[in-house]
Amino acid sequence: MSAVVEAPANAKAAYDARWQRIMDCVALRQPDRMPATLFGTFWLAKYAGVSYKQLMYDLDGTAEIAERAVLELDPDTVSPLVLQTAMGPTLDATGYKQVQWPGQGVGDNQPYQYLDREYMPPEEYDDFLFDPTGYYLRVYLPRVMGAFEGFSEFPNIAGGFYFRLFANVRGFLNPALQESWARVQKAGQVSQELAEHNNRFVARMAGLGYPMGNIATSGAPFDVLGDYFRGARGILTDMRRRGDKLLEACDKMRRLLVKQVVPAAKAAGNPIVFIPLHWAPDAFMSQDQFKTYWWPSFRQMMLDLIAEDLIPMPMWESDCTKRLEIIQDIPKGKAIYWFERADIVRAREVLGDTVALRGNVSPSTLTTGTPEDVDAAVKYIVDNVWNNGGRIILDAAFGLPDETPVENVRAMFRAARKYAG
Amino acid sequence: MSEMTEQEARLVGHLAEMEEDEGIDLAKKMLLEEGADPMRVLELCRAAMDIVGKKFEDGEYFLPELVLAGEMLDTIGAIAKPLIKNAPGEEPRKLGKVLIGTVHGDLHDIGKNIVSFMLDINGFEVKDIGIDVPAATFVSEIEAFKPDVVGLSGFLTLAFDSMKETIATIDKAGLRSDLKIMIGGGQIDETVRAYTGADAFGVNAVEAVSLCKGWMGVNA
Repeated sequence: MSAVVEAPANAKAAYDARWQRIMDCVALRQPDRMPATLFGTFWLAKYAGVSYKQLMYDLDGTAEIAERAVLELDPDTVSPLVLQTAMGPTLDATGYKQVQWPGQGVGDNQPYQYLDREYMPPEEYDDFLFDPTGYYLRVYLPRVMGAFEGFSEFPNIAGGFYFRLFANVRGFLNPALQESWARVQKAGQVSQELAEHNNRFVARMAGLGYPMGNIATSGAPFDVLGDYFRGARGILTDMRRRGDKLLEACDKMRRLLVKQVVPAAKAAGNPIVFIPLHWAPDAFMSQDQFKTYWWPSFRQMMLDLIAEDLIPMPMWESDCTKRLEIIQDIPKGKAIYWFERADIVRAREVLGDTVALRGNVSPSTLTTGTPEDVDAAVKYIVDNVWNNGGRIILDAAFGLPDETPVENVRAMFRAARKYAG
Repeated sequence: MSEMTEQEARLVGHLAEMEEDEGIDLAKKMLLEEGADPMRVLELCRAAMDIVGKKFEDGEYFLPELVLAGEMLDTIGAIAKPLIKNAPGEEPRKLGKVLIGTVHGDLHDIGKNIVSFMLDINGFEVKDIGIDVPAATFVSEIEAFKPDVVGLSGFLTLAFDSMKETIATIDKAGLRSDLKIMIGGGQIDETVRAYTGADAFGVNAVEAVSLCKGWMGVNA
């Protein structure tokens, strides 16, 4: 269907106007209307009546469905809808072990789900800190991706010198490593295909007048260590058992994350860096623990991104209302804070002169309510945030819940235009 | 519990204050060197957990402390339990039985585990039947365990329909009149409670405990 929709003649002007609305919000100016954004994953399956599995594996089909949804809903920005769902072939090729996905552990109509495990035992903190690249190559990648299993035999090259360097080269003959290398090359091709599909989708959307709300993605240092290395039990008890080590690792991880995401965002040509946050909520740790262990490395990461002319867009999962005063401490007009369950009215009061806001139509209203309920929820945000001078980008609490009835999504976008220009 | 010696009070203090090394070392010394009654040491652990639970309810402790407390309890329990020579005496009477699990389709368990732990240290007999639990399994577990309360946990929005279906299945099996059903998880609110037909919802473990206590006629 992509082929039959012609790019409108005014697409460039429409693109610029939409993008300007987001940039106005970031710069703390109120735009001509409240921007509304389309961020979804498996909701596209609901929209098109296909299975989640199909969405993960049929890259062209997913792009076509995404385009149809965008053209119907006419949002101001779009998330990288293909990249966020059509990962099935890449997950298969890499033998990724940290999630289960349709056909690999969960049913054909269930979303991919992360598996909370200890992927790095505490005694390996020092290995990670001493030589993160060596640790990734020989330990972490073989542990979390089947394609890398043979990389546990990767020769120990650091410390090689002069003729010793030649001796180390022999290590690359290792059969397990060679076998892995072949798998990794294949996985690289599959991953490249996904990237190309994403690039085509982004270009296609731009041609139709729709900018991306973000392309590059990162994580907070504490969260990355917690979710993908230490696991929930590990990271929680590390605060009590080895706080200094945890802080050292957060600082190291911060520098690695910045080194990854800055070139990625620049190559993508979109300055907004989406950073979903997991361990910040009020209920998870005390204010003191938050201020000591969670916030400093993330704050510094945001400053690092801002220094590179990028726009951090953290999504504060769950309820972070008690953290608002703490997280206010960043330069004004440089970031978008997306809130899931935090009180958005209070967020405007505390942060309205510091950051743009994004969110946060309730997932329960969207999934179980009527279009009238959704209309009322949007009106609440308009009345209490937008009409009070709030620079807010309308979205659901964490993007559209997968189960949201299509009528309710239509109601959300309709209400944005009805109440806020 | 009966009055504590200075050493016993020290053990309770170490555990309640998250002084893990000191607490475990002292428990080991008491059990392995001094021949302390293992049942008594476990009773002291319970007393420490009561304090931990109270501090959690008061907003002084959070998840790190609950998880660490649970691990300290497991460590001491593993040393103490093999030392119990006679059949244990009568267990203290429990406030009630709670069956808990994450509904089908959802693999998340952090919140559920915290709720189980808090219910346990507050005197409930808890049976945790894990994650991704089909509705029919809840029914058979209810028939076997005969809980006073069933807790349905779920983090993803797909859990709304799974909870609704599970509750309908429990209803249909004619088991609903003898128990209360509470739901909880990241996205749960009153809208979801009404949608699923649950008796109540809680946004955290403290609320789960007070719901259960309320239903059992115990002062929350």
